[in-house]
Amino acid sequence: MYSVKEPDAGTPERNSSEQVTLEIDGRAVTVPAGTSVMRAAADAGVRVPKLCATESLEAFGSCRLCLVQIEGRRGYPASCTTVVEPGMKVRTQSDPLAKLRRGVMEMYISDHPLDCLTCPTNGNCELQEQAGVVGLREVRYGFDGANHFKQAEKDTSNPYFDFDPAKCIACSRCVRACEEVQGTFALTLQGRGFESKIASGDTDFKSSECVSCGACVQACPTATLVEKSIVERGQPDHSVVTTCAYCGVGCSFRAEVKGSEVVRMVPNKDGHANHGHSCVKGRFAWGYATHKDRITKPMIRSSIRDPWREVSWDEAIAYAASEFKRIQAKYGRGAVGGITSSRCTNEETYLVQKLVRAAFGNNNVDTCARVCHSPTGYGLKTTLGESAGTQDFDSVEHADVIVVIGANPTDAHPVFASQMKRRLRAGARLIVIDPRGIDLVRSAHVEAAHHLQLRPGTNVAVINALAHVVVTEGLHNEHFVRTRCEQPAYDKWKAFISDPRNAPEATEEVTGVPAAEIRAAARLYATGGNAAIYYGLGVTEHSQGSTMVMGIANLAMVTGNIGRPGVGVNPLRGQNNVQGSCDMGSFPHELPGYRHVSDPAVRALFAAAWGVDIDAEPGLRIPNMFDAAIDGSFRGLYVQGEDIAQSDPNTQHVTAALESLECLVVQDLFINETAKFAHVFLPGSSFLEKDGTFTNAERRISRVRKVTPPLAGKADWEATLALAEALGYPMQYTHPSQIMDEIARLTPTFTGVSYAKLDQLGSIQWPCNDRAPEGTPVMHIDEFVRGKGKFVITEYVATQERVTRRFPLILTTGRILSQYNVGAQTRRTANNTWHHEDRLELHPHDAEHRGIKEGDWCKIVSRAGETILRATISERMQPGVVYTTFHFPGSGANVITTENSDWATNCPEYKVTAVQVSPTGEPASTWQRRFGEFSEEQDALLPRTDSH
Amino acid sequence: MDAHKLVRMANEIATFFESDPDPAAVSDGIAGHIRRFWDPRMRRALLLHIDEHAGEGCRPAVLAAIAANRKSLTPPAA
Ligand code: SF4
Ligand code: SF4
Ligand code: SF4
Ligand code: FES
Repeated sequence: MYSVKEPDAGTPERNSSEQVTLEIDGRAVTVPAGTSVMRAAADAGVRVPKLCATESLEAFGSCRLCLVQIEGRRGYPASCTTVVEPGMKVRTQSDPLAKLRRGVMEMYISDHPLDCLTCPTNGNCELQEQAGVVGLREVRYGFDGANHFKQAEKDTSNPYFDFDPAKCIACSRCVRACEEVQGTFALTLQGRGFESKIASGDTDFKSSECVSCGACVQACPTATLVEKSIVERGQPDHSVVTTCAYCGVGCSFRAEVKGSEVVRMVPNKDGHANHGHSCVKGRFAWGYATHKDRITKPMIRSSIRDPWREVSWDEAIAYAASEFKRIQAKYGRGAVGGITSSRCTNEETYLVQKLVRAAFGNNNVDTCARVCHSPTGYGLKTTLGESAGTQDFDSVEHADVIVVIGANPTDAHPVFASQMKRRLRAGARLIVIDPRGIDLVRSAHVEAAHHLQLRPGTNVAVINALAHVVVTEGLHNEHFVRTRCEQPAYDKWKAFISDPRNAPEATEEVTGVPAAEIRAAARLYATGGNAAIYYGLGVTEHSQGSTMVMGIANLAMVTGNIGRPGVGVNPLRGQNNVQGSCDMGSFPHELPGYRHVSDPAVRALFAAAWGVDIDAEPGLRIPNMFDAAIDGSFRGLYVQGEDIAQSDPNTQHVTAALESLECLVVQDLFINETAKFAHVFLPGSSFLEKDGTFTNAERRISRVRKVTPPLAGKADWEATLALAEALGYPMQYTHPSQIMDEIARLTPTFTGVSYAKLDQLGSIQWPCNDRAPEGTPVMHIDEFVRGKGKFVITEYVATQERVTRRFPLILTTGRILSQYNVGAQTRRTANNTWHHEDRLELHPHDAEHRGIKEGDWCKIVSRAGETILRATISERMQPGVVYTTFHFPGSGANVITTENSDWATNCPEYKVTAVQVSPTGEPASTWQRRFGEFSEEQDALLPRTDSH
Repeated sequence: MDAHKLVRMANEIATFFESDPDPAAVSDGIAGHIRRFWDPRMRRALLLHIDEHAGEGCRPAVLAAIAANRKSLTPPAA
């Protein structure tokens, strides 16, 4: 339930061009056809009492508290389930209605423990409130009827919320929230009348199907389902609207605060990306922000074997700046660089790249998107003209065919997955292209029409085969291609794609996908109505990542599935601000707005604004920085909010590179793996401690608002300012809004963006400028950003990472719902309840062949290294393919991944590593043992305080 | 910079562009990509490797592209 009260119109909004006018308590009101009488009354300013209705859910009509009288109709219909009709005359107050409502309320109260004064939702309980509204004065049935509160025990198994059946009024809002909003179907209402009760299957919440999204808790009008944080800390006194700092969905939240302490995060129903829904991470896993491991004082040391010394901000900044200056003087201007973070705000990212370009005087800036979505930038820019997804999330509501490629939205983008599942339950068809049987393939009331279970590394062969079928069977959209795309490029591509080598029958052996399945899927995509493609890192993190992105764009263009709601090419971004960090000029070849550094006009613009010359040469990308560090030409690095030592492939190469740096400055919340190699540690600020903006996967810019003061005294952007100043390049900003104003001045796609407009509109999807003053939900409507769409030849080239007798299996990597990326945040929350170690998932056949049983330790060896994990045996894998997550540093998943990378962007090929797996009695590899020792050694070098 | 890695990267870039039936497009594609995305020290190291080791390990398309675009690929003196 929302505690900082928000109006609730009782039933969902209806969209209809037809308007209906009626009269409620003598007031005329006009609403869209299909609206409930209850909602129309709310529009007219009349609040009808209610319990089982709430505007996020379809009306159910069970509590009978919302009865009204309608002229010319008998009886007392429920206003939540009655739809408006023209000329209707409704009365919401009368003596008989008041009597009926009091009677209903009496029944509820007689079955409810009246411990209001000690109840966690006291003062914020709908039952309490409605008892007041209906004027309940007596309870004639006594208080000990067939009471719920005698029978059941509290279920406290979920780490974030309690279930106290004694307080349940059986309104089924929770059941409906789980079905309609989340789409998990974990709850049921069993029995009838006083006997009815809510159950999470035949087990407790924690062991049930529940994914802990919290939708039921939010929907519950009583204290039956209540957040533990509210039980422990009490009700909030105010709220601040902000944006989730986890995944690329970018859910809007109300941070509910008591004093300066967050007591609950409630998804914002006005949030344009999430419409009031969230997942377990955003809603519940924010405790890391005040975790005892937070480092809140700057620290320095001259060697990584020395103890850390806590110093003032001034001293730390001065030391870092003098080191960078010394290194540049000795080894040259290009010997230092910076890495921006997709977890930081746009403004912070912009400042770091500005510092690199203006104060370091080179283009050695890169961002973690290098290791995830850099191929998206390259591929979509080449084909469509803009490095971003084409649609808003709501577009999926208009899709008839949904294609999910190399993405696992239910785990990695849960709120969007719920929206997608809603559309699938309403009849859209689903095609999944993934080596694994992800949840979407078959889950409650959702089943894929086609699951193309390809071998890892053969994406391009599959996308080509799909396009081949479209073109050779004449299913392409001739008109679209002729009017919207470059003809010569299309002709070349058409000749290429029509060649029999791209036919599904020819690629079947390589991809492992039966030709008939490909043909059927291609026909469905091309002819099934609006078809939308959603893809994730299973597309980009390959040696042909960029080629695959272009292949996807080719397929969308050739079928005309671009430029209107319901279609498009949609990258699902991993981290919250991947899109934003790329937009802000974090790449070593591009200034903000994706403009190449070799363009003299663009350089002149920035040079004039920043008062410095801009280097015309591209800088180093992250993997090039590592190589240059080992080579000796790169010696100093400023890393904001990134953990390259854990997240980048071939860990041993990365750590060797980090060890060879003379000055590594890490700015982060925690001593992450990278910070163990650092010389300067600048304490970071969490998203709750600063102002700024994030840009989600649909190009939506949303505000991040300061909820509590920065624990370390400086927000991240302030630390960057201080560093720039110490480097001799002062920047004059007193608030992040001024940074955004500068971005808007210098970036054509952001011209219309300002904090004032964000406050006014809630969020804005760029491009936002004179042509689109309120932003752009769907791109490329009349023409492509590059003018004409460009077809690109996408020849399939097998990865060099081949399976052999020595390495007969393919390892692929991914993530799960409860943990986030390198896990620095989620590992410091109760989310570990669900996932406390990374495991190796393998098919029963591969396990049996090797004598591996569930839970056994097994050794995974690749050409790059080896590590040891426990086994999980699962039919979701295909034989020959094994899988692991990378949320725990000690798992060493990236010790085994290789340095193979996308040909265009060097995005690592995380998704394909040839390995051998064998059972072992040892719980740790040599690397893991060394890692453990090194971590202990580094822990011992931290200053001794109470918190360490 | 590790020349083997650079050669491998250049070859992978070439493999992509080689699928274009137009030889001029292949050459421009390879050279343009390297020019747009490689830091000067990487280009310098690749050129040096090609000069000193007679282009060892490089696909012919890489050598052709570099020969035809030598000037634009040569970084300004550091
Ligand atoms: S938390 Fe979410 S998944 Fe779990 S029962 Fe509630 S609504 Fe369903
Ligand atoms: S748990 Fe809450 S939402 Fe669910 S039926 Fe009981 S009172 Fe209603
Ligand atoms: S992690 Fe993603 S889906 Fe979950 S609440 Fe945050 S933004 Fe929303
Ligand atoms: S609110 Fe209408 S029946 Fe419960």
